[in-house]
Amino acid sequence: MRDVAVIGVGMQKWGELWAKSTRDIFVESALLAMDDAGVDTLGAMYVGSMAPGLFADQEHLGSVMADYLGQKLIPSTRVESACASGGLAFRLACMDVASGMHDVVLAGGVEKMTDIGGGDATHALASAADMKWEAVHGVTFPGLYAMMAVAHMAKYGTTREQLAHVAVKNHYNGSMNSRAQFPMKITVEGVINSVKVADPLNILDCSPITDGAAAAIVVPADMVKDFKKAGVKVIGTGHATDTIALHDREDLTTLAAVSASAEQAYKMSGKGPRDLDFVEVHDCFTIAEIIVSESLGLFERGKGGPAAEAGDTGLEGRTPINPSGGLKSKGHPVGATGVAQIVEITEQLRGEAGKRQIKNARVALAQNMGGSGGSSVVHILEVM
Amino acid sequence: MPPARSWRTYPQGYMLEAARCKKCGKTFFPPRLVCNKCQGREFERFNMQRTGKVVTHTVIRTPSDEFSGEAPFAVGVIEMDDGPRLTSQIVDVSFDEVKIGMPVKLEFRRLSSEGDAGIINYGHKAVPART
Repeated sequence: MRDVAVIGVGMQKWGELWAKSTRDIFVESALLAMDDAGVDTLGAMYVGSMAPGLFADQEHLGSVMADYLGQKLIPSTRVESACASGGLAFRLACMDVASGMHDVVLAGGVEKMTDIGGGDATHALASAADMKWEAVHGVTFPGLYAMMAVAHMAKYGTTREQLAHVAVKNHYNGSMNSRAQFPMKITVEGVINSVKVADPLNILDCSPITDGAAAAIVVPADMVKDFKKAGVKVIGTGHATDTIALHDREDLTTLAAVSASAEQAYKMSGKGPRDLDFVEVHDCFTIAEIIVSESLGLFERGKGGPAAEAGDTGLEGRTPINPSGGLKSKGHPVGATGVAQIVEITEQLRGEAGKRQIKNARVALAQNMGGSGGSSVVHILEVM
Repeated sequence: MPPARSWRTYPQGYMLEAARCKKCGKTFFPPRLVCNKCQGREFERFNMQRTGKVVTHTVIRTPSDEFSGEAPFAVGVIEMDDGPRLTSQIVDVSFDEVKIGMPVKLEFRRLSSEGDAGIINYGHKAVPART
């Protein structure tokens, strides 16, 4: 297989984009990525999107997006793995290029979530859980992660304050990201006193409902010299699945699919948790960032909460987590999130991240999760 | 909800029908066609005892539209004494009394209804077990 690299990335500001359609926001970000790479035609494209039918009444996004991106007759595939759809689209783009099938492939992600009301959006998101045996009892996505939090707190003594520190840190980072949906700083007290959603999680523990897209251009590593800007090499990829229902997992305080997908990427890249200069992880809820940080091996089991509280995951900490602001501050248009993680890593490794730039960053990991951990996709990228 | 989607799960929803793998003994609720532990394909069906204990729990305060009239309500993961785990509302108890390890019993209750002329969905809700 060929080595592959990212040669261009693009992303517009995320938020409640009332004036724009699903195809508008996708094409805008895709064009930014193509301009960044200096290409105007593609060999193939992969479009991550979780539920465009439920959110925006449109399926068949492979065709829609190739058509509106002006790419006639190319193979274009819509990819779905709930909130990990974007990460999986990027993985398939890498596999496509690595196989030798195509040379210039776009990996994109998009979700237009605000065309429907909050209750309908909650229902659409619940379809990433087990609709028949979980959602039928009224449990929501915040509810599933809240139940993981209760189990984690009981087993390890993780505290309400430690959860809040994750949100405070991610909003601080996001305050320096011009594309973040909620770039305002918040406080621990503010999180703890915010509206209750599913005990112990409050509204400021939860990622928001967002419209947004992101895109990356993947090419063979030995072609990078032909492009105008620096490439970032993809040195590891992993993808794993776990039970669809949270209740079918023996241990509710860890995420086995995260560990399994990370192990694949660590093995392929020859890197381990200690080699990572920073990570972008799937903080759909504050407890998710803590459990993921443990499941990736960044911290021992039960130490993710204390690490967040001690500042070990801040921009200046031992292993910075979510310099972009994460899903929490940047927003979480579910199908786009995994690709946006690749955008942040590419810009950081190129030294283009501005005020939130991590000095001398050379190796970074992205982790994108589907549902309550029913799927996870991990990538490791390195400066070329 | 299409009627078939409701009635085809009556054996599980109403009678807690589960399955035990004949090869390794692992139990599943609802029944499956393949065992995820040993890949066995032969099972014996049985109706679970209605008793179990709380593994973890939460209180849903922001529900989906279907449950908007019912919030706040407690839900949890229940480990049944027969082995399988399942999700259930936990009712007839104050929120601060719900604890990990609490013994519960599943009762037959209404879960949701779809307007005046729609399907009424029945199933299980957990209540504290009297000891």
